[in-house]
Amino acid sequence: MLAMDYRGPKRVRAVQKPMPEIKHPQDAIVRVLRTCICGSDLHLYNGNVPDTRVGSTFGHEFVGEIVEIGADVTKVKVGDRVLVPFNIACGECHFCRQGMFGNCNESNTESTAVGAIFGYSHTAGGYNGGQAEYARVPYANVGPTIIPPDMDLDDAVLLTDVVPTGYQAAEMAGIQTGDTVVVFGAGPIGIMAARCAWLFGAGRVIIIDQEDYRLEFARNYSYCEAYNFKEMNDPVVFIKKITDWMGADCVIDAVGAEAAGNTMQTVTGRKLLLQAGSATALHWAINSVKKGGVVSIVGVYGPTDNLVPIGNMMNKGLTIRGNQTSVKRLLPRLIEHVQNGILNPKGLITHRLPLEEVADGYRMFSAKLDNCIKTVLMPPTANQ
Amino acid sequence: METKQNNRPIDPKQIKGWGIDADPKNDPTYPMRQRMNVGQDPDSKHRPDHLQPENTEVLRSIERPDVSAVFGTPAPPVGLSGLIRRAAFKYSENEYKHWLPLIVADRVGVVEGILSDLAHGKLPNIWAEKGYDMEWKYNRTAFITKLATIGAVTAGVVVWLSSGKKEKKRPVKKDYLGRF
Repeated sequence: MLAMDYRGPKRVRAVQKPMPEIKHPQDAIVRVLRTCICGSDLHLYNGNVPDTRVGSTFGHEFVGEIVEIGADVTKVKVGDRVLVPFNIACGECHFCRQGMFGNCNESNTESTAVGAIFGYSHTAGGYNGGQAEYARVPYANVGPTIIPPDMDLDDAVLLTDVVPTGYQAAEMAGIQTGDTVVVFGAGPIGIMAARCAWLFGAGRVIIIDQEDYRLEFARNYSYCEAYNFKEMNDPVVFIKKITDWMGADCVIDAVGAEAAGNTMQTVTGRKLLLQAGSATALHWAINSVKKGGVVSIVGVYGPTDNLVPIGNMMNKGLTIRGNQTSVKRLLPRLIEHVQNGILNPKGLITHRLPLEEVADGYRMFSAKLDNCIKTVLMPPTANQ
Repeated sequence: METKQNNRPIDPKQIKGWGIDADPKNDPTYPMRQRMNVGQDPDSKHRPDHLQPENTEVLRSIERPDVSAVFGTPAPPVGLSGLIRRAAFKYSENEYKHWLPLIVADRVGVVEGILSDLAHGKLPNIWAEKGYDMEWKYNRTAFITKLATIGAVTAGVVVWLSSGKKEKKRPVKKDYLGRF
């Protein structure tokens, strides 16, 4: 089968690989119909996540058709079209039973700091991902969710990560009716977080980024104010000024390790890898939220350390919340929102490429070429 | 004001779905819906019925007691990078001695990958793997400038290093009696 193949920092290709096999009675094999490149795939692509092995296949956003099931699989059957949450969860452990499907204890042997994620390095369990014609899906009784017959596959594929992560970012921000919410990062997750902030009753939503085309997209898609930090002397002072010198009630970090905007953070975090990525957005979030405010982190950082003003967090009485998204917990509500026309996930898609051109897709998304917001990859078998 | 003002004022209540998920109790709450501590859980050590057979090498974090019920198997540790990874997994995730060697192993793995390609008679197409066609199509001027800068810096370093070598080889002057 054709699959994406990681060869080293900023080097990927599409090659023939062996078909995935059932390795556990609860496994299923899925023929992939749509798969996306996610912003967090760029951390892998840039070589910033430890234990990202050459030969791995990335891809944690995919939908497909079940073509084979293990002996214990009862909730889905061959022929079902399913969306596959990006996290792999057993549904039975102490954490899954509390709704923390992003923190399963029975799917990642190689690290306790992170749950298992499809195609996201051996630190996240060492599973091949969905940027391929076929994928092995463990715990098929738990994760895969049948796509409603009236749902577009483009909407469904964005329900595997982008929509739930944007929604949980807003949920974790503890937004109260009328709150001012600032979102750092106008990538797909940031744009979706800004859109979802309204669902929680925000009174004002502001998004900050450095790419004008993304800011314009966010203004139209998320109905929010959008500002370019490259035109500011200091983003924190700017936010203080436009919030009557109080700071935002809630701030969402939807950037993570690839943040630009601070030379020291960029050099030590992204170039020299002396910290687990550049923590510029988180630094700005802590300093621009009001005293007693909430910082919600969905931007991904590596497992080592980052330089952030933690003293300010204590002195300002902040609450900092973060987690890998519990996709399964959120799906029923979000499917409802999509079916009712409240959310329009496929409106984020700007590019569609065949899987064979995966290297071009990564470069285009990574370098923000051709006004790229979200790229869908189409495996050759998707049209069969 | 420091930035361009392209923003239009909006009445939030006109946005479809506004306030539909508002939750006054979420201020701030815990991102778990059925919260319980380990002591409250009558079955906190519960495991799935079946465990995936370990017929490939799986490196296990020493912060957990066992291999998880399922695990990925795409790239078992091999070669020099594998040796480094095995050494790294002797330390906990709390230690730099765990993570830094893994980053080193990843870089060693890149070289091993190129050698493996060559051993299989395949010359890696670096231009295509890096997606440079897209840079050429959408970002040509900046791309050429970047390549030229890298080329100039590389040439400068080569020239500087080679001139240093010449200096080292300069013959030592002696006086007519052969003294230094």
